[in-house]
Amino acid sequence: MSPGNGYAFWRLLHAEWTKFRSVRGWLIGTAVAALMIVLFAVLTGASAIGHDAPPVPIGPAGEPVSDSFYFLHQPLHGDGRITVAVTSLTTTIGGDRGHDATVPWAKVGLIIKAGTGPGTSYAAVMVTGGHGVRMQDDYLHDYAGQPGQVSAADPRWLRLTRSGDTITGEASTDGTHWSRLATVRLAGLPATVQAGLFVACPPSVQGRGTRTAAATAVFGHPDLQGQWPQGMWNGEQIGAGTATFGGYPPLPTGGAADIHGQRMSGGFAPSGDGFTMTGAGDIAPATRSDLPAAGVIGDLLFGTFPALIALCVVGALFITTEYRHTLIATTLTASPHRARVLAAKAIVLGCVTSLTSLPATALALPIGERIARAHGIYLFPVSTATAVRVGLGTAALLALTAVLALGVGTVLRRSATAVTTVVVALVLPHLLVLTPILPASAQRWLSLVTPDAAFAVQQTLTHYPQADSVYTPTNGYYPLGPWTGLAVLCGYAAVALALAAILLRRRDT
Amino acid sequence: MRPALHAEWTKLRTTAGPAWLLLASVTVTVALGAAVTAAITCPNRGCGLDPTRLSLTGIYLSQAPVAILAVLAISGEHSTGLISTTLTAIPHRPAVLTAKATILTLTVAASGGVAFLASLLVARAILPANGFTPAHGYPSLSLANGSTLRAYAGSVLYLVLIALLSLGIGATVRDSAAAIGTVLGLLYLPPILALSIDNPHWQRLLQQAAPMSAGLAIQTTTAPSTAPIGPWAGLAVLAAWAAGAFLTGTLVLQRRDT
Repeated sequence: MSPGNGYAFWRLLHAEWTKFRSVRGWLIGTAVAALMIVLFAVLTGASAIGHDAPPVPIGPAGEPVSDSFYFLHQPLHGDGRITVAVTSLTTTIGGDRGHDATVPWAKVGLIIKAGTGPGTSYAAVMVTGGHGVRMQDDYLHDYAGQPGQVSAADPRWLRLTRSGDTITGEASTDGTHWSRLATVRLAGLPATVQAGLFVACPPSVQGRGTRTAAATAVFGHPDLQGQWPQGMWNGEQIGAGTATFGGYPPLPTGGAADIHGQRMSGGFAPSGDGFTMTGAGDIAPATRSDLPAAGVIGDLLFGTFPALIALCVVGALFITTEYRHTLIATTLTASPHRARVLAAKAIVLGCVTSLTSLPATALALPIGERIARAHGIYLFPVSTATAVRVGLGTAALLALTAVLALGVGTVLRRSATAVTTVVVALVLPHLLVLTPILPASAQRWLSLVTPDAAFAVQQTLTHYPQADSVYTPTNGYYPLGPWTGLAVLCGYAAVALALAAILLRRRDT
Repeated sequence: MRPALHAEWTKLRTTAGPAWLLLASVTVTVALGAAVTAAITCPNRGCGLDPTRLSLTGIYLSQAPVAILAVLAISGEHSTGLISTTLTAIPHRPAVLTAKATILTLTVAASGGVAFLASLLVARAILPANGFTPAHGYPSLSLANGSTLRAYAGSVLYLVLIALLSLGIGATVRDSAAAIGTVLGLLYLPPILALSIDNPHWQRLLQQAAPMSAGLAIQTTTAPSTAPIGPWAGLAVLAAWAAGAFLTGTLVLQRRDT
């Protein structure tokens, strides 16, 4: 491009900017969009009620966790080892359906834990309902062992060894040949730890909901090495009063805590030279369905929707007004290169809308967070980088929507139709994804291929393979990554602009 | 009144836009309804789905072209300047808006009646193969069933009320882009807001007061007793919104003169 051309484009940008800033309605629309983002962050924060909520256990890495299980334990002083055989694992799912289903992440086995307080450091080796033998530590780490289910004919031996800060987990199918799962280091593990047998069973995920579940396991005689000063076992439910504990289903057998003839808590009983134990709960990172009352920062950005509609109106009008007042003839006489006119409009529109949306999100997020926290709401923690990505991504989403509306407006030349097309393409899929009237497969498809995929840029939650949960967009888990989702909208905007450029050239105006 | 009605009918009949919008409305109703009914399955007894409502899902999308049609019926005249001719010919402002409302009601009711009937027929053909059989507690969809008939007639009424609401907003706002933005915001945003706030009291209140969530309650045939609002009460809420918008539009048109 020669310097003359560059200068001409600069003049074109200047002309488009002059048009934009001299129409009062467009400036108002842009300002309304920014205001909506801040206003709804304040309203969403203020409408929340979170006082008197039970405490959320926080893991060693600062993330919310589930830390609830039935624990048969005694103190272990210094280094030592515990070995046990597991001969049976069965699960009971609450409610009137799915009694025979297994809970894949029901966990029974051995655990060494810094203490019985919620969220304390641990390492455990376990047999699971559907994922074979595993070793896990500090909620986030998971190591796979031998697959397969456990039974009296096919038992599993488990072994945990403490040596200083490190804990080694091993498993065996015969009690003599051992294979090591992992050796993990637990920083700051106290000299005396709680160690023993545990049974945990997360709620069973069924469709969009969960049902309470409990697991019952049969253990052989626990073999202890090292200093076990207490010399007797102590059974208790850990984490019963925490927010991430889902509770027990009604259990068929009678017991100490009978409620209408049905037991509602875990327990243990000697069986042979070992124990039969029943427990519920989970030891894992917490997901949204474990913490239904908690918020995510994406919730604070509801204002994105009204802002998006306002910016769609502005974006479509930026071109359709030219058609209505036949200003387009003047514009194209002054600058006959159609694609360049469109590019100048897209650049001016994109810059203005992102420059007004960015301060709005930068203001809305901290304010909304503060108000929500002041109302006692627990918000899933995010790193600064993630919060910046959500703010930047939301501003980019809004700018891209305005540019998409510009493209569609050029193609259709009618503002009402253009605004409706873009709003319906972005907002309606979101509504259909959130409301539970469509099947989950259709919702997944909607959040993959429609421009609504861009809302993935607001997601902050992690999908954990070692925790079953209701991983749906309603709960804040999108099928696409944040930038991939935004790229889908980018694609739509690019296609709309390209089509607009071609049509503008062929139609001549 | 007759000349006003005749004039509005001529405007609607002789421009290409309305016919395309009505056609689009019918097409998306049937297409989306068919897509949804093809996607749902009922593998065993008591799967808790409402097949009538699901077969009428198309209304979520088809209300958009109806809203455009109604907004353009008045704001289109403002953008072309035709409004001054109209008001010179018929100076009585309420008569002009009433004539527009009447013509819109008739055309939207006719196209909605066809579209929803087609949706139900398509669903009736598709659903039994997906497990919606009498053995699973789902008899074949039929308008002889009281609640299905209510959902059908109610959906047609819903579309008519959406048209009246949009006409009122169009008359108030005048600019078609701003008017359609307002209508779509009013329809689609409250349900999303209701789902993203945690406070159950506000959530319920929003679902009872918002035009779309309340109005579409008319489509439920297997509503639990915990539903935020009953079918006819919900439609009445939407009717109140439409009446409010229409009255505002009439008053504004009267006072502003054009």
